[in-house]
Amino acid sequence: MNTFRGVHDMGGLPAGEVVASEHDFALWEKRVDALMVLLSRKNLLTVDELRRNIESLGADAYDKMSYYERWIYAITQTLIQRGVVSIDELGRRIAEVQARDDGGN
Amino acid sequence: MAETEAIAALFKAGDCVRVREAYPIGHVRTPYYIRGKSGVIERLCGAYPNPEELAYARPGLPRQPLYRVRFRQTDVWQGYRGKGDDTVDIEIYQHWLQAQ
Repeated sequence: MNTFRGVHDMGGLPAGEVVASEHDFALWEKRVDALMVLLSRKNLLTVDELRRNIESLGADAYDKMSYYERWIYAITQTLIQRGVVSIDELGRRIAEVQARDDGGN
Repeated sequence: MAETEAIAALFKAGDCVRVREAYPIGHVRTPYYIRGKSGVIERLCGAYPNPEELAYARPGLPRQPLYRVRFRQTDVWQGYRGKGDDTVDIEIYQHWLQAQ
């Protein structure tokens, strides 16, 4: 029988030590959180779409990416899938921001 | 009105149910470890758009009844070492449940 198990669906699997630590959120992480709230309110994204996109990350990427890195990946995927932004538009904007940061900092 | 359409609830508190042993791709809210296990309906939580459909930007209607189902830990985990009457409650949509 096919017993497909998503990488995120780890309940009951052996795990390493749980390191409990407090840390402040970086500004970009807060922005990602705010983006998620705004997009939900404008009905441009459901939490289920966010989850689906996170859950379809490969195991390696899922493990390596941080919590908010997974979020921004999934938000981006959802907006492309819904046609809110185009890939070309996004690519050009990222290049613009990178050029600005390279020049300014 | 389409938005208020809900599938009729098949189960009530106290009913014995078994979680379907299925392994679909996509966004599924039924944890892997509980599939194929048997439990008892603790309560009906309401009826909500199906998250498996919402995950693909579809309306997820008619709404699916959602239950809180109680499982004995000794039924869920092989060699469970906690107390014999420990339980775990999991919220599961009706289309994942079969009468037992």
